[in-house]
Amino acid sequence: MAERIYPALVAARLRGQASYRLSFALDLVAQVIAQSLELVVILVLFSRVDALGGFSVREVLVMYAIAGVAFGFADLTAGQLDDLPNYVRSGTFDAILLRPLGSLPQLMVSDIRLRRLGRVLAALVVYGYALATAGVHWTPWTVLLAVTAPLVGAVIFGAIWVVAATVSFWLVDSRELANSVTYGGSAFTSYPITVFSGWLRRLFAFVVPGAFVAYYPSLALLGRPDPLGAPGWVSWISPLVAVASAAVAGVLWRFAVRHYRGTGS
Amino acid sequence: MLAGATTNIVFGLLRIAILTAALKAANGTIADYDLAAANSYVWLGQGLLGLVGLWGQFDLANRIRTGDVVVDLYRPWDLHAAQLAEDVGRAGYSLLTRFLPPVVFGAILFPFQWTEPRRWPLFLLSTALALVTSFGMRFLLNLSTFWLLDNRGVIALYGVVSGMLAGLVVPLRFYPDWAVAALWWTPFPAVLQGPIDVFLGHGDAWLTLAHQAFWAVALYAIGHLVLRRAVRKVVIQGG
Repeated sequence: MAERIYPALVAARLRGQASYRLSFALDLVAQVIAQSLELVVILVLFSRVDALGGFSVREVLVMYAIAGVAFGFADLTAGQLDDLPNYVRSGTFDAILLRPLGSLPQLMVSDIRLRRLGRVLAALVVYGYALATAGVHWTPWTVLLAVTAPLVGAVIFGAIWVVAATVSFWLVDSRELANSVTYGGSAFTSYPITVFSGWLRRLFAFVVPGAFVAYYPSLALLGRPDPLGAPGWVSWISPLVAVASAAVAGVLWRFAVRHYRGTGS
Repeated sequence: MLAGATTNIVFGLLRIAILTAALKAANGTIADYDLAAANSYVWLGQGLLGLVGLWGQFDLANRIRTGDVVVDLYRPWDLHAAQLAEDVGRAGYSLLTRFLPPVVFGAILFPFQWTEPRRWPLFLLSTALALVTSFGMRFLLNLSTFWLLDNRGVIALYGVVSGMLAGLVVPLRFYPDWAVAALWWTPFPAVLQGPIDVFLGHGDAWLTLAHQAFWAVALYAIGHLVLRRAVRKVVIQGG
């Protein structure tokens, strides 16, 4: 059943978004601009300095681009979990539980945000440019890594999004708090983690596994050792981190849903 | 409430880390910003962001889309002034919940450049003008619903560019000179960079205040005219 329902739901959402054309086009443009403005910030900073955290502009652009594509894909599918606090507060989450489909997939297809493709496209352009100019040593392994890194990053971001959203089962108004790890994670992963320090780095790089979205894959692509001293194989384990994060997110989601109490009206 | 302030602080931490890394690479100073000034800039920015409502409320747009605005237009009040009053009230509350937490956090835990005592009144005035300017821009965006019906795209676009143009992400002085000059022809710097410049003593405070006052008044006047035109084309749907 599910394999016929989900395509139908997704198709309906896509048709819905296409009906207000001007608004959709502006939304798409807004996403392209949002992604490009982050690029402008990096370029403005590099117009004043030669290196950030020990990395050159081309190297930072590789990280920025992987993070951008990964975040864009994650936002496309998991971004509507931002609305979960509204579902929980108003009690409409009950309706989702009553349907004979998984609660998480239902929420994820409830609003496929097609406009997020704008972000993905803008980041892909930069990714192509950065890979071509950053001096990557191309082997079958680095090609495979270059292709998979943004997708693996998207899985990690998706897991972060799900975990952040589960907080809303316990806290009433948690949307902004969740944003601090999702959008905050996006801001963090666009830069080398050497820019940050102390517990902020530990939190965003390893507790929220942000370092594995863009930083470590970029090190592997660029053939650079980690200035912070992690062994070389760490740069290649992002797919494992993604699987582990997705598993943690799945378990937490089940735990949270089991403890959900309706608002009672 | 606390969650919002926490989010502002987390983003402040990320932003000051990036700026600090840049300052280190540039031997301590970029365009009049040293570490203390950069900290004041980031934490004031994170606080002002909520106070002036940079990404503020767009309830009026919803009321226009649903048609509820007809009730607002019925009432014996000036809708424009009433909206401004509501926004000033919201800002007063945000002063405690949104402005103070990041600024106090930053001032206690980081090197922070304070303003000279005689500048405090100017900073307050500048912040008030920033609020009215921000309101003026948001009011016009709300009114655009009268013509577009669904203006979420416009609002999304505004949300994306306003932070950058107002000087939230990087101090405007970091941009190339031609870009800075062009930006000061727009109302955006009046919303964030203006009050921060007055606080830090960057540039002539009176000039900054004049820029802000001009845009606060101009946007209010434009809003008034646009509202008059919009009311003329109201179509009451169904009933």
